[in-house]
Amino acid sequence: MNPRGAQGMNRRGFIARSGALVVSFSLLPRLAGAQAGKLPGSLSKEPMLDAWIRVGADGRITVFTGKAELGQGIKTALVQVAAEELVVEPSRIELVTADTARTPDEQYTAGSQSMQESGTAILHAAAQARVLLAELAAKRLGIPAEQLSIRDGAVNRVAYSELVAGQELHVRAQPQSPLRDPAARTVMGKPLARVDIPAKLTGQPVYVQDLRLPGMVHARVLRPPSYGARLKVLDSAAAAAMPGVLKVVRDGSFVALVAEREYQAVTAARALAAAAQWDEQAKLPDSKEIYALLPKLPSQNTVIHENGKSATGAGMIEAEYRRPYQMHASIGPSCAVALYRDEALTVWTHGQGVYPLRGAIAEMTGLPAERVRCIHMEGAGCYGHNGADDAAADAALLARALPGRAVRVQWMREDEHSWEPYGPAMLSKARGRVSADGTVEDFQYELWSNTHSTRPGPAGSLAAAWQLEKPFAPPPPRPIPQPTGGGDRNAIPLYKFANSRVVHHFVSEMPLRVSALRALGAYMNIFSIESFMDELAAAARADPVEFRLRHLQDPRAQAVVRTAAERFGWQAWKKQPGRGRGFGFARYKNLAAYTAVACEVEVDRDSGRVRVRRVVAANDSGDIVNPDGIVNQIEGGIVQSTSWTLHEAVAFDRQRITSRDWGGYPILRFPDLPESVEVHLVNRPGQPFLGTGEAAQGPTAGALGNAIADATGTRLRELPLTPARIRQALGA
Amino acid sequence: MRPLALIAVAAAMCSACAAEPLAPVAAPTRASFDPSLIAKGAQLAAIGNCRVCHTAEGGKSFAGGRPIETPFGTFYGTNITPDPDTGIGGWSEQAFVRALREGIDRDGRHLYPAFPYEYYTRLTDEDIHALYAYIATREAVHAQNRPHELRAPFNIRALVATWKAIYFERAPFRPDPARDAQWNRGAYLVNGLGHCGACHTPRGALGAEKKDRPFSGGIAEGWHGPALDARSPAPVPWTAEQLFKYLRTGLDDVHAIAAGPMDPVVRNLARAPEEDVRAMAAYLEALAGPPSAERRKKADAALAQAKAGSRANGRGAEIYAGTCAACHDRGREAGSGGALPLGLGTAMTIPTSSNLLRITLEGIAPPEGQPGRAMPGFADALTDGQVKDLAAYIRSEFGRAPAWPDVEQELRKIREERK
Amino acid sequence: MISLDVNGKTQELDADPATPLLYVLRDYLQLNGAKFGCGLGQCGACTVLVDGRAVFSCVTPISTLAGRRITTLEGLGTPEKPGRVQRAFIAEQAAQCGYCIPGMIMQAQALLERTPHPTSGEIRKHMSGNLCRCGTHMRILRAVERAAREP
Repeated sequence: MNPRGAQGMNRRGFIARSGALVVSFSLLPRLAGAQAGKLPGSLSKEPMLDAWIRVGADGRITVFTGKAELGQGIKTALVQVAAEELVVEPSRIELVTADTARTPDEQYTAGSQSMQESGTAILHAAAQARVLLAELAAKRLGIPAEQLSIRDGAVNRVAYSELVAGQELHVRAQPQSPLRDPAARTVMGKPLARVDIPAKLTGQPVYVQDLRLPGMVHARVLRPPSYGARLKVLDSAAAAAMPGVLKVVRDGSFVALVAEREYQAVTAARALAAAAQWDEQAKLPDSKEIYALLPKLPSQNTVIHENGKSATGAGMIEAEYRRPYQMHASIGPSCAVALYRDEALTVWTHGQGVYPLRGAIAEMTGLPAERVRCIHMEGAGCYGHNGADDAAADAALLARALPGRAVRVQWMREDEHSWEPYGPAMLSKARGRVSADGTVEDFQYELWSNTHSTRPGPAGSLAAAWQLEKPFAPPPPRPIPQPTGGGDRNAIPLYKFANSRVVHHFVSEMPLRVSALRALGAYMNIFSIESFMDELAAAARADPVEFRLRHLQDPRAQAVVRTAAERFGWQAWKKQPGRGRGFGFARYKNLAAYTAVACEVEVDRDSGRVRVRRVVAANDSGDIVNPDGIVNQIEGGIVQSTSWTLHEAVAFDRQRITSRDWGGYPILRFPDLPESVEVHLVNRPGQPFLGTGEAAQGPTAGALGNAIADATGTRLRELPLTPARIRQALGA
Repeated sequence: MRPLALIAVAAAMCSACAAEPLAPVAAPTRASFDPSLIAKGAQLAAIGNCRVCHTAEGGKSFAGGRPIETPFGTFYGTNITPDPDTGIGGWSEQAFVRALREGIDRDGRHLYPAFPYEYYTRLTDEDIHALYAYIATREAVHAQNRPHELRAPFNIRALVATWKAIYFERAPFRPDPARDAQWNRGAYLVNGLGHCGACHTPRGALGAEKKDRPFSGGIAEGWHGPALDARSPAPVPWTAEQLFKYLRTGLDDVHAIAAGPMDPVVRNLARAPEEDVRAMAAYLEALAGPPSAERRKKADAALAQAKAGSRANGRGAEIYAGTCAACHDRGREAGSGGALPLGLGTAMTIPTSSNLLRITLEGIAPPEGQPGRAMPGFADALTDGQVKDLAAYIRSEFGRAPAWPDVEQELRKIREERK
Repeated sequence: MISLDVNGKTQELDADPATPLLYVLRDYLQLNGAKFGCGLGQCGACTVLVDGRAVFSCVTPISTLAGRRITTLEGLGTPEKPGRVQRAFIAEQAAQCGYCIPGMIMQAQALLERTPHPTSGEIRKHMSGNLCRCGTHMRILRAVERAAREP
């Protein structure tokens, strides 16, 4: 519950304190008269221009976004957008990200929506601000606005700061904006170096892990050894007496230790852990039986797509695909700093949604939301809902226990590995038939999955809240509706089939803690569907690329498929022993970026080891703001997906998670890297921005699965495609 | 020098003692073998560990190129894929049998005993038949063999004939009727395919087994293969169940993880039939014999120390406290972050420092891409002086034995290898 | 009190000798380059140089570092004047979240000091102790190659 009035009061109050001058200003004739229609992007939720753009008396332009930099380059891209429409050098812009006291509420930085939501809002807000500034200049100089020249943050050499001194861009946005001609762009679409990289590579304090406040103390929380464990006995005397220890905090089963120095906290926490006895209750399923279990659990079953009339009966090709629990496995375990002073709580966090987190922490601590401020500071890549919100909750509780002292909570590696919410295990089944003319006559797909989001939300989403004396229960999970989807994301193929049917079995019971992992269900659904497309293509004796084109009507989809195939050299490719090629395509969410991936692998039959020789991808993300940013995301997505697809599965026994470190959950290392990765971009200037960050994972998995099948003559359908599985499938 | 002089004379007399070359044949096709025979061959090859010596790091399976360090120089594993030009694609089954039983290649040349035919000679006909089916149906890889780099006079291949005349016993395996089937199976595998004695039996100056002391400890590629007989240095005596777990997974609760050359051995044994690994474990338990009362007392003390943790002062103790204790004093947990209390590890109790030094400097890495336990290496973090202090402390505190005499030279050897 | 040579400056530290260097760098000296990734010597985010060799600072106690030369990211260059390897990484835009990159830079520095012109295979092998989760590997390799080309 985020009362908009409270938010606005927070920000306006903040502005008044900061000294920027504010005066109401009525709409100018050009933009006069409210235009009909929905406001673009996040302007629909925050329509005031000065919530996004502000011009200071010193000439600095401040741009506000409710989104956060996760390493995806969003800071830079948004600066480019604003710089383009405001006609200023990017270096003149200061970007303020996700802060409940200063920025609009754009909920989560997730789902690859930052450009679509925030980028669009800033694009239009900046354009409309530019027009307002021009009109102001026109009035002051007595020259019609159309004859004015706007350059370098000035209108006819009158700086913006001179135009708005004493005035405020406090006007409502309009649905339409006079955007600059894409052909005349100087910043958007150009490769601007990432604004955040130099500081990160020279040791500047950029990350929340680097935050040091005066008098800050260090905390470690004892995570229970398994889900639902209750603290039975805690003999904290020895640990409390160790050097530097300030306090042992206990609230029910929530136990933490606070010390002056970080290493003192680490060693004392180990001693405290040894002195704790837990009552463990968790009963985890047999990890080898999870795919038999999923369809047996109660589920909400929805036909999410139906076209024509799907049949049953003989002569159909059938396949079942499997995907295990997989981890975010951020390189930097979660961290947060919190300070409770003057009855107000400030939390520095790398969580993806500062506003929802604020609500959850307010509920958990009993503080009113207006008294809680969540400020985003970068962490390591999170790839979705990892432990960041939980670390923030830990810090909030401890800050309350030590008022006036900033408390830093750092999760240990084992904490992050065992307690982060995983990408859920999924099962899918495909059935289909090709007709005599070589097209798919019938395509049926169903999938079983838990929810892919348990984000805060309510306090019951926070791990710390489960451990309190008066615990908060996790809320019942709810599916994310189509067209975005959760487990069913990209379960509806973009291909057009004569008859098709897709069913989503939403399984509410969660044996392991789960939530959003990058791409959500799209990773597995695209793996399944793209594998199955090859199986259908084989039945039609068709080339896999040509077969896909046969069923795609969207010309932009066709373009990326063709581009990837051509750049790979698909037509001319010759099969050699032990080598295979594979193709994968999807449009993320059927709404966002288009990506096609072609790859070549080499499989050693005896060791089962896969060497990825070449990956060639093509991507269409609409209007490109930062081309290198997109290439970086697609390259990164390809490598990450290669790791998921060939290596990764969370291990657990009947009670505990046993993947507690990198040894127990290996991810791709340099020797396993593909030999080469190429990304080719298709630019669509003037088209809407399309989210890119999660577009490569699914198609890469499809391409790898298909390439391994081509190399070995055997189809593998259970992820990850490990050497042991490949050896077993091939036999001796 | 006397044995060498003897050999030189014998070689001069024996230069015509090579065997007949066998004509090359067309490589058999996969279809010509029963799939179950190939599958059986695969399991036997897992026990025989063929892939390890015949595959280069990161190379194609069985295509050769792996360096094998010995006191005589460096051997390079050969290409045994069915490639007709660079592999053994032209080898008939007869040629294959002769290589395993007699140590002679298709051309009639003697093979160096780095290829452990002195053990493989004990294989039954059916087992060699299955192995042939497996090896002959691998993927052919065109890769030239790399010539061995041996010191004189060991680079004179003809001298192997003499070595064989003196040391090589061509004897098939003979089961012991006084023992049960499982023991005999284990004996057959350990002494034959498994060629465990290659690393765990001491050898003389010319590399021949000291047959009067089988399994009393040996070396391989710089690592010490501990004694498996009554002289076993394991702080906690091995039971068959523990041995089985260790051979199958590389890990047992009260013993150290498989490291060095044992790591690939246990990874391969994971692919062997379970009952065969059990048989090997049963044989090895019997080989060590029931532990003496003194040994059992020492084992209890080691287990008690494992719970209590380490104490003591001194430079080595300080290094241990800061570098090792955080993990090793905690004991093994389900995940990592906790590691074996050192009092339970054989590396501390064997007569040489080589194993402890190698693990300390190189660490332990799970097999590529597979889950396992991980330990960082400290080669660059610790100076030589610090390594020596640490080793001395660990030997006294956890090995509970007199100081090692060879720390300096083993450390120098390892540093040289790393260059 | 323990005396350490960090980036050419002597630092006197009142810390438990068993403290891993990582915590001393971050908590006592406010140096941000070396990062906490696992504390187990498995990921390389904490990589620093000791006597020119790459070392995981999370498992290296300061008691073993007296009289040895410690170099952190901050010792390679500054934001105004980044060092050779830092420049190469910035030029290649070799970062997504950037968290692992300081460790990569230190590891690369150690490699180039011993092997000024490594092959692509040598670079891959040398960097294998450092993990990247964002998938920036291709750019990291290109950055190391680029640094090797610079004089």
